[in-house]
Amino acid sequence: MNLSIGATLFDKNPSKALQLRELLLRGLLSFSAIISICVTLGIVYILSTEAFLFFSSGEVSLLEFFSSIEWQPVIDKFGILPLLNSTLMTSFIAMLVAGPLGIFAAIYMSEYASNNFKARVKPILEILAGIPTIVYGYFALTFITPFLKNIFGHDVVDVYNTASAGIAMGILIFPMIASMSEDALSAVPSGLRQAAYGLGATKLEVSTGIIVPSAISGIMAAFIVGLSRAVGETMIVALAAGAGSNFTFNPFKSAETMTGYIARISGGDIGYDTVDYNSIFAIGIFLFIITLVLNIISQKIIGRYREIYD
Amino acid sequence: MDIIRQRKNLISKIVFQMSTIIGIVALLILMFSIFNEAFGYVIFVNEKSPHEIFNSEKNLGEATKEELISILEDYISKGLMRRFNFEQSFSERSAENILELVMTEVVNPKIVKAWSLTSSLFGKKKIIETLKNDYPKGNLEFRSWLSPNFLLSPQSSIPEKTGIITALTGSLMLLLIAIILAFPLGIGTAIYLEEYAKPNRLNNLIQLNIYNLAGIPSIIYGMLGLAVFVRFLEPITSGKIFSQTINSTANGRTILSAGLTLGILILPIIIINAQEAIRAVPKSLKFSSYGLGATKWQTIWSHILPYSMDRILTGSILAVSRALGETAPLIVVGASTFVAQKPDSIFSKFTALPIQIYQWTARPQPEFRKVAAAAIIVLLVLLLTLNAGAVMLRNHHNKKKKG
Repeated sequence: MNLSIGATLFDKNPSKALQLRELLLRGLLSFSAIISICVTLGIVYILSTEAFLFFSSGEVSLLEFFSSIEWQPVIDKFGILPLLNSTLMTSFIAMLVAGPLGIFAAIYMSEYASNNFKARVKPILEILAGIPTIVYGYFALTFITPFLKNIFGHDVVDVYNTASAGIAMGILIFPMIASMSEDALSAVPSGLRQAAYGLGATKLEVSTGIIVPSAISGIMAAFIVGLSRAVGETMIVALAAGAGSNFTFNPFKSAETMTGYIARISGGDIGYDTVDYNSIFAIGIFLFIITLVLNIISQKIIGRYREIYD
Repeated sequence: MDIIRQRKNLISKIVFQMSTIIGIVALLILMFSIFNEAFGYVIFVNEKSPHEIFNSEKNLGEATKEELISILEDYISKGLMRRFNFEQSFSERSAENILELVMTEVVNPKIVKAWSLTSSLFGKKKIIETLKNDYPKGNLEFRSWLSPNFLLSPQSSIPEKTGIITALTGSLMLLLIAIILAFPLGIGTAIYLEEYAKPNRLNNLIQLNIYNLAGIPSIIYGMLGLAVFVRFLEPITSGKIFSQTINSTANGRTILSAGLTLGILILPIIIINAQEAIRAVPKSLKFSSYGLGATKWQTIWSHILPYSMDRILTGSILAVSRALGETAPLIVVGASTFVAQKPDSIFSKFTALPIQIYQWTARPQPEFRKVAAAAIIVLLVLLLTLNAGAVMLRNHHNKKKKG
């Protein structure tokens, strides 16, 4: 990428002003590149200092934070488990919807569909992935929840519940998983396919026996990215999952997630240096670490399967 | 044996196909559920019926200007009369304007019940029954919640009068600030990484970092904005250091703070797209430029950037459309719950289109759900326009490069 031929040719005959301008611009460009590092450092610094203030306030110990099943800031109960639990519940439901649908759609698009069908369906899936999450939140609250109520009974399903938020999230994530998995499936060398067909295998046997196992790392990466997206998703849960923490495994009950809590608390006029203010940063750094770890794992996996087939 | 295999093959094909089609169906249901709420019958009840205040055979709409003024004088207080006269004297006002005053101040229609589009189309009998039994004084009307009035009115606490002009202006100003910050920085970083950076540790770190930034949940960016722009840089973002006279009730929760936050949020997307665009520039173009003795910057400025600019723009438009729909970071940075006036500077309090949708959806009154649906349609139309622009730019680019 670094083209030194032209530069060396030129260097023999530089005019001072021109050389200075080159240096200056180079400096300017590298400065803009450094800014992106500063953003990350800024995020880490701010989350950790405010979270440190939270834990050093004496209101809560680290052990209590991770073990107590009560999150009631009003009475100084700060156990993250109920918030974490509902985050995991909504994400799990989302993956339950988006996972199978995504991979089936990917197999269909990569192995079965005609180019014509693909050309029509792909843009629709792209639209689905591009709709703002606030719209999905609206959809969850005004369509999915009444729908669930009609199926399971009005007394069983709360107005706000983790199931409807999870389903809406699944629809949001499904196109992303489908698209990433399809990329992985299409990257499998066609020699493998033809060899299997030559042995008399059916399309199903080729797809599930040869292609999917060969592309499994790419599909896993897609799942992990989808999961990370679900964990960090805010607006759907803020609208549909309910306010107020609740330690429950019932998907039809209202339960606030980590992101939902951050959005609700910061939505009011929050005073600086209060326990409430610091608590959102404590949750924030936890959220940041979860998503960062998931993203790094998925990048490692993608890197590995690129090496195999390139 | 073979028949079983064939059958399995067929069934699985259907399952796979259904999964794909479910995606399309989901999109259709989503669209339907929004349009279903945005249009439909409403019953409104007048505080005073037009016949009661206007004792004539004619309709209120046919009344002369003088008659309308006399109605106003009869039904509203002297103080209010004087205020209207002060805003614009009655002699200068048109008859339509005064009719509007009569409608809002005296007749004052209130929506008491609203239906969705499907129940309006298929359950009209039931609706008329409700009208007769429950609201004998009510009037039935088919209402589009998405109307020119809705687009041009400021925010109001009454669902039938509220509008999105404040939110639209807010969104526009936010996007402008975000672009001004992120576009030059993003392209600069992309040029550095593609043209200058040698593959050493630091540059690898920068690249890896950008990929990770793109995966951080948007609410975390909101927290960064809250701590840095709203709190730490408050003197700048509230405009206090520029002028003492600026109304500082916003406490740093201003358009500037939110715009900068959105700018940082879309920065990694712009960088990644611009990098891909620059990488697609043919090597021969670069080599010929260097061969003629051009400097690095001359090559970048007169060959690489012009060649890749429409792809860079396409990527940037997509980044902007992401910023347009972002809600969570704006909530954390401190979008105001009620802004009735258009923002007049970047130091004003702000609201934005997605914030409005959030607040309206979160309210318990069903009428606000309908208002939210209308606002969602506006948001989706804006996004569609942006994306169509990006696609057109891409096609234009492909044609140019081929021809």
